[in-house]
Amino acid sequence: MKFAVVVFPGSNCDVDMYHAIADELGEDVEYVWHDAHCLDEFDAILLPGGFSYGDYLRSGAIARFSNVMKAIKKAADEGKPILGVCNGFQILLEAGLLPGAMRRNDTLTFICRPVKLRVENNETMFTSQYEPGEVITIPIAHGEGNYYCDEQTLQQLIANNQIVFRYEGENPNGSLQNIAGIVNEKGNVLGMMPHPERAVHELLGGADGLKLFQSIVTYWRDAHVVTT
Amino acid sequence: MSLLLEPSPAMIKEQKLYREMGLTDEEFAMVERILGRLPNYTETGIFSVMWSEHCSYKNSKPVLKKFPTEGKHVLQGPGEGAGIVDIGDGLAVAFKIESHNHPSAIEPYQGAATGVGGIIRDVFSMGARPIALLNSLRFGELTSPRVKYLFERVVAGIAGYGNCVGIPTVGGEVQFDAAYEGNPLVNAMCVGLIRHEDIQKGIAAGVGNTVMYVGAKTGRDGIHGATFASEELTEQSEQKRPAVQVGDPFMEKLLLEACLEVIHSDALVGMQDMGAAGLTSSSAEMASKAGSGIELNLDLVPQRETGMTPYEMMLSESQERMLLVVKKGREQEMIDVFAKYGLEAKAIGRVTDDRMLRLYHRGEVVAEIPVDALAKDAPVYYKPSKEPTYYREFQTMEYVPIIHNYEETLLGLLGQPTIASKQWVYEQYDYMVRTNTVVAPGSDAAVLRIRGTNKALAMTTDCNSRYVYLNPEVGGKIAIAEAARNIVCSGAQPLAVTDCLNFGNPEKPEIFWQLEKAVEGMSEACRVLETPVISGNVSLYNETNGEAIYPTPIVGMVGVVEHISHITTQTFKQPGDLIYVIGEAKREFGGSELQKWLTGRIFGKAPTIDLHVEATRQRQLLTAIRAGVVASAHDVSEGGLAVALAECLIDAQGLGARVTISGDVVSELFSETQSRFVVSVKKEHQQSFEQLVQAVCIGEVTNDETLHVTSGDACILRVSVETMRNVWKGAIPCLLKSKD
Repeated sequence: MKFAVVVFPGSNCDVDMYHAIADELGEDVEYVWHDAHCLDEFDAILLPGGFSYGDYLRSGAIARFSNVMKAIKKAADEGKPILGVCNGFQILLEAGLLPGAMRRNDTLTFICRPVKLRVENNETMFTSQYEPGEVITIPIAHGEGNYYCDEQTLQQLIANNQIVFRYEGENPNGSLQNIAGIVNEKGNVLGMMPHPERAVHELLGGADGLKLFQSIVTYWRDAHVVTT
Repeated sequence: MSLLLEPSPAMIKEQKLYREMGLTDEEFAMVERILGRLPNYTETGIFSVMWSEHCSYKNSKPVLKKFPTEGKHVLQGPGEGAGIVDIGDGLAVAFKIESHNHPSAIEPYQGAATGVGGIIRDVFSMGARPIALLNSLRFGELTSPRVKYLFERVVAGIAGYGNCVGIPTVGGEVQFDAAYEGNPLVNAMCVGLIRHEDIQKGIAAGVGNTVMYVGAKTGRDGIHGATFASEELTEQSEQKRPAVQVGDPFMEKLLLEACLEVIHSDALVGMQDMGAAGLTSSSAEMASKAGSGIELNLDLVPQRETGMTPYEMMLSESQERMLLVVKKGREQEMIDVFAKYGLEAKAIGRVTDDRMLRLYHRGEVVAEIPVDALAKDAPVYYKPSKEPTYYREFQTMEYVPIIHNYEETLLGLLGQPTIASKQWVYEQYDYMVRTNTVVAPGSDAAVLRIRGTNKALAMTTDCNSRYVYLNPEVGGKIAIAEAARNIVCSGAQPLAVTDCLNFGNPEKPEIFWQLEKAVEGMSEACRVLETPVISGNVSLYNETNGEAIYPTPIVGMVGVVEHISHITTQTFKQPGDLIYVIGEAKREFGGSELQKWLTGRIFGKAPTIDLHVEATRQRQLLTAIRAGVVASAHDVSEGGLAVALAECLIDAQGLGARVTISGDVVSELFSETQSRFVVSVKKEHQQSFEQLVQAVCIGEVTNDETLHVTSGDACILRVSVETMRNVWKGAIPCLLKSKD
């Protein structure tokens, strides 16, 4: 299986994402520069965190006009797994691949700390390795993670089981209904504020993020059973 | 001011206009002698910034010579963007600390942010990949709205810049004292990792080679920033706001990645940050170091504004700019790499052999100055030094605190902002990006693994300026020793030091004495603990309306953890572990947190320190850690043993401690006697630990989530960990919210 880590000018969690896949998962992974126009050779696309284009104007607002976004939309239509973390999530929102928008944290400060998440839906291609309702610890690091959407969208998210992660216990940023991560209706595009790629090794304080990446690999293997 | 309005050389001399730029009459006469003629306006400006204390160290040079700068690990000592030490496996670590005090006092967000930006460029200009940021901050008491504003905006500025560039801010320290009310300190440190073969230097070698400009365009911001940094703050300083630069961390990120890509090209000869005094210092210093000259055509300098004069371009401190020297004929290779990041690399001049800095503008020579006169031969002053009267008085004072309620005292100390949790600060910093942070902020030192090896790096910043104020020499020793203690507690061998000497106006003999004595003390400690000084920065004139800050020589230290299994934290690990104290308490309360809390001021004698005892204890503890017999280690610092024990418990899950002390209770609990540690050891390692380390067992870790202290047969202190945690964690957020 081959992963792409998309690098925008100003991405800075690209290295973390790359190493999570290469070192901890042992799968193929390549960096893809923001001006790439074809992602056909990749089986899953990862949009890392950071400050694409300095987050000037609005987080993710400029990155969504990058060349690579057309290829990402195509991959999304084809049903490939697409994961946007932190700034990657913000870009997916700006690009309309996921519904809703981000506001500044209600504390009005950047927040970096491990938080508890509840796995609300373990039947996605990103969460199959988690138990239903499992509470996991994953770090957050953002200034704009206060998720918002209108009432109608919220009802759709709930009805379709699109809310994948919620903050458990304390909500760090004021997000609507404690939302930490959502999928699109089709279930192949996941955006989340917490950083699973930072929680892949006990030495770094925990490995609860590993199962997310393992879920993607499991999904892909199941879909590509090699008959010999 | 347009070119036509610039004063003539004769006017500059007659009306003594050079004084406004910071040159003295004698210095102006020297300039005249060097040039053999009167300098024009541009040249006067160039001399004045290059001869400012900030760029030339003209007042501190004789003192700085005392620092030991050599050692077996040192690959690059002071003089380049950053110092470099070897850590084995072909790897080395580059680091430096720098101040941005004056800009932060006027415009805290941008002042702090650009301080971070500058130190990052110093490190990647060496070819090193920046892997961590630290900082050291000082503010007035956290009660006035102005101090709260400065504190909040400085932290936001550091966060805003570092987080965006994607370098984790992993450690630092913050202290509050009325001495910093009008003159906060913002010192930023950057640590980088580099392979030996990638080490770059800021040199302009090879006659005919091309000088290239990369990064942000030059604007009118920061003009005379270095001069502003070299004078006292006054009520008029607010007018100097235009001397504060504005940072663009996104540009820095692009510049960083592009520069780290071009270092692998043999077309690159040298690279330097355009820091203080921007284009002037980078060009003059690069040429001077190489023994060459440099010619620049200012018409080619990328400019953000129209009609900029040579004076403005040469003195601008616009951020995120680098100067490169590239082999002639290979400019296109550089242009291509920078273009990938959307940046322009522009040829603006060439290296010459005549050791002159020559500037062209609109076809004319507008400045012509020997590079060595700017970079090497600035005047050096041997300032008079005088022991202050306060120092003599303090030596005769005895201070013995009287305590009635130990529990109340401990909780009172835990609530002091200098001791209290800095979570409110470090949670605003992305301390994890690049996923190497093993020990996050909050422990004695931050620890980062080195990917692809079994090694790790420990790093810290430290300085108890109260001790330095009471006794600069002893306080200087303690600053180095405490930094080393923190490194050792984390399981690392201390390697080297970077320092940032923040002092008052050196023209006052009492202030110069503080500087001189502090450096003498630090130097001796560096020699005994084998941690040479490899880089640093001096920030003088930290005074507001004539009042100096406490002398504050911040120490940044880096150590190497030989194997990640040695990484140790301060938190107790499991019930039943034995608690040891290394070192005995003396009745030492001068400059202590307890004295400050009880009396509201600082006086008397600083705690004493025997550096050889310190070295022995550090060596023993590190040996025990490496032998795998230490569960946790923490140094005893502000607030004494009681606070140290509380800190060992606060982050532990479900643990308490039961300890017994003997001797004078107040000293045992709260004295700040130096060279002491609290260590916990599994019972099965008791014997091996005691063979390796001279220490006294005072009790054991329990599971009752309470700290019990017994003296004789009486329980003298009993407080729940939850109570301590609430006070310690709540103090700073609570002060920030209060409206008085």
